[in-house]
Formats: sequence, structure tokens, C-alpha cells
Amino acid sequence: MYVEFSRTLDLDVNSTVQRLAKAVHGRALPWIRDVVPAIGGLALHFDPDHEALGGKPLEAAAQLVEDCLKAGLPKEGELVRTIEVPVCYEPQYGPDLAEVAKATRIPLADIGALHAEGEYRVLMIGFAPGHAYMSGLDPKLSVPRRSTPRAVVPAGSVAIANDQTVVYPYAISGGWSIIGCTPLKVFDAERQEPSLFAAGDRVKFRAITRAEFERLAK
Amino acid sequence: MTITVLRPGLLMSVQDPGRHGHQHVGLCPGGAMDVVSLTLGNALVGNPADAAAIEITVLGPDLEFARETLVALAGADFEGSIPGNRPVLVPAGSRLSITRALRGARAYLAVAGGIAVPPVLGSRSTYIPGRFGGFEGRVLKRGDRLPLAADSARLARERFASLKHKRDHSVRWSVAALTVPDREPIVLHAIEGEHFGQFDAATQRTFFDTVWKIGPESNRMGFRLAGPTLQRTDSGSRTEEILSGPTTLGSVQVPANGVPIALMADHQTTGGYPRIAEIASADVPRLAQLGPNGALHFARCSLDMAAELRRDLKSRLEPALRGIAWEYGN
Repeated sequence: MYVEFSRTLDLDVNSTVQRLAKAVHGRALPWIRDVVPAIGGLALHFDPDHEALGGKPLEAAAQLVEDCLKAGLPKEGELVRTIEVPVCYEPQYGPDLAEVAKATRIPLADIGALHAEGEYRVLMIGFAPGHAYMSGLDPKLSVPRRSTPRAVVPAGSVAIANDQTVVYPYAISGGWSIIGCTPLKVFDAERQEPSLFAAGDRVKFRAITRAEFERLAK
Repeated sequence: MTITVLRPGLLMSVQDPGRHGHQHVGLCPGGAMDVVSLTLGNALVGNPADAAAIEITVLGPDLEFARETLVALAGADFEGSIPGNRPVLVPAGSRLSITRALRGARAYLAVAGGIAVPPVLGSRSTYIPGRFGGFEGRVLKRGDRLPLAADSARLARERFASLKHKRDHSVRWSVAALTVPDREPIVLHAIEGEHFGQFDAATQRTFFDTVWKIGPESNRMGFRLAGPTLQRTDSGSRTEEILSGPTTLGSVQVPANGVPIALMADHQTTGGYPRIAEIASADVPRLAQLGPNGALHFARCSLDMAAELRRDLKSRLEPALRGIAWEYGN
């Protein structure tokens, strides 16, 4: 079931969706399999044949959402973590820096600093495990998606398009402009918490040198 | 205690029913493409439904068994050295050759005690795009030695001994594969998707009138449906930009090139393409039994009918499972 609140990007709605997800998840109901906060709404994946539902799964899911909204959602401050992400913005790790510099008329050497100044928030995780869509990109850095996506983007690549930024969790195809790379593992199935990011997190990028990147990558 | 891959099949991987509870961090449940056949396979060797088996696609492997093993090949009919959809006791040191699918596309080789790869995030299924789970996170290749449960040879002997009707190394009966098509095109029931209304009436009719073929570049993530291209109504403001939203197993999305994609086990958890339809969950395992060029068409259905189809599938699977349990004396 998908509970839609907005068909356009709205940061307040996005925050409400994340708080609702927290509330639904917190009830730990045995018939709920997955609670997925998206940008403008919440998806509930459930076992429709679970005995607790009495054959009326949609009604039960709708009731659950209503109950959570009525009971009051957790305050935003209670969920927000701030994740710091070290990024090397040197051309070796940011193959699209030159193109972005040309398109935005910002000197290549300043792009990393401008990107790292921003305050970002994770709107949604999707596309691939741990792949976080973040708002907060400086409009001066806005570039469209690349016309031809790359077949393989290296793991940890930090990329931008339109008004958002992403960090590619592992080597996959991608169409955003790569301006740097983090040595952190964005998704690791063997880790207690596999995903570095969660929806609602605040994210700060910190510019690091190549030497520091190599040290942290070890 | 191992099974050695002497010759790999086309796309062979270790799968179980998948991992739930991680879609909020972008990880789909994954697992067996045809979970009904996996369930039957596990039951046929006396396993619980969540044991891991080998998923075989279109072209099968040659395998060597180090010890005596009880196996069952459930799902699609494959040409080869073992009969399908029944328990078979494989002697120590013997080789099995499974060649090509004659009917259906996917079969599960279940073994007593399961394939004993370590669980990752609560499941033994292979998530190929993320390179984790299953056997080294990847498709199986020549020379791989798949670990079996330490007591698999004992389980094989004991379970086979407890079967009521047996002959030599197998039994006189088999179960019906519930998902393998007798004929094509198969009919898949689909409810209107969230963005169905963004396609004009002619395109909506085309979607339900077309016999679609499983196109090239189809894989465990999704099946591309070859046929007419579907374009959204493009009259200025009517073409809404779609905010990336959640997707699920059986969602049919239509990217800008107009070629619909039915999302399968390893699907992405969100997508920004319009979703024209959602395939009834009971019908997804039957879709998984179509190979390259397999034909299907969609029949419009309601949410209530989708629920009815699920109950109907359950009402055929449960007696089959009870029958197998009875043969094992349970």
C-alpha cells in the first residue's frame, strides 16, 4: 500500500513521511514486512494473508496509518542524526569536475568547497541499497543529468544533478555528474547497520586530500 | 560434504525465500524468482520452506555429489538425468546432468538439509547486483564446491527410508508443478497502476490487448516486455514529472523509451518511471517460468480478484504440501 502525501518535492511533507515511517515501524507489527519512506509518501509492504488481519489487509493498513497520525508523530529532532562524509574532490576522483566547472562557470578548484559547504538532508533511499537522494545542493551547482549514463560508476562516487546530490554505494551504472569520492563504505551487508545513511539524516561533506583518502580507504 | 559444479548452467545461483525488512535502505527482498516451486522442492526433500536451493535457469548444470544426497528438482521440466518434482536419492560420487528446459524456465534443486552457505542479513539468497549472499555473492561457475549441511548424508538416508512408496532411488509419484505453463501466451492478472490514468485510452487498450514477449536484457531484476512501445499522453502540462516513488515485485513501469519492464525478485525499491500496472502477486511465480521470447498477455483484474487468486494458489499448494508430508509419514 502506498500512502501519498505529495506529488512534488516538499521538505515538510518529506519529514512527515519519515516521522510516520518511524511511528509505523515502532509498532513492530508481525504482518508488516517493510516500511519504506519515499520522497512524497510512505509504502507499506505487508503479508496480506497474516491471521492478524482477518482477511482485510488494506483496511488494517489504512487503520494503522490513521492510528499513528492520530497518536501524534515523533518529533523531528528525535530522529535526526548528522552523518559526516569525508570526500576527496580532486579530479582523479571527480571525472566530471571539468564539465561541471564549464557548465556552472565556477572554477574547478572551488566546486568541492562549495559542495562541502551545503547542509544536506536524505530525502529517500532507493535505486540501489544504501543509495541516498539528498536535498540541499547549492543552486549554483545545479547541472542536468548527463545525456548518456556511465556504465560503471566507482563505489563511493559523490555526484550531483539538478537540486540533489548522491553517493553511489557500489560500482553501478549512473547518470549523475561525479565531482568526488568518499573512502567510506556506503553499504556493507556484513555490517550491523548495513546502510551508512537513513532517510531523514542530515549530511555534512568534508573535503579531504588524496593522501587522507588513501589512508581512510585502507 | 559438497556439491561440485562440473559445468555451470546459464544463470545458476543459491536462493531461498529472500530477505524482508530492508527495503527502507533500498535493499529488495530478492530470493527465488518462483517461490512456489522453491517451496515444493524443499517439501519434496523434507526441508522447511526457507531452506536454500539452487535456482536453475533455462540451461542446467552438470553436478557431482560427494556424499549420498536426497534431492528434488522442482518447477520447470528439464531434460536430464533425474526425473522432476519428486525426491531422488543420489548415491555418493555420482553425477547429475540437467540439460535444458523443455517446459517453463526455472527449476530449483533442493537438497535435504539445504545449501549451507552462511546467511547474510537473515537470508542465504544471492543478491547478484550487490555481490553478497548465496555462494560468494555471485552466479555459480565451474569448479564451485557448494557446502551442504554437516548431517546431509544422514538426513538423506533417514528421510528416504521414511518415504512410504519408493522404488530404487526414487518414488512412484510426483507432484504437479503449479506455476509452469502448459501453453503460451500465459495470462497474467494485473490491476491498474498508480499512473495508469496518465496513458490515453488507446494506449491503455494496447497494454491489455497485446501479446507481449519476454525481451532481451531481461534478468532477475526485471523482464523487458517486447511489443508496441507505450507513450504517455504528451500534451504539454498533462505529462506530469513523476516524483520517485516506491515499487514492488510485479510492478510494471514504463520508462521514456516506452518498453514496459515487469519488476522481478531483485527489483529496485523505488523508481521514477510511471507504473502502468501491478501484476497480481499470485501470478508473479508463473511469470518467472517464462524464458526468453516467452509470451504473455494481461487481463485486467480488481484488488479483490487479486486476493482471490492468492487464496486459489494457496488452496492448490497446501494440499500438495500435505500430500508430500503424508508420503514422509507425517
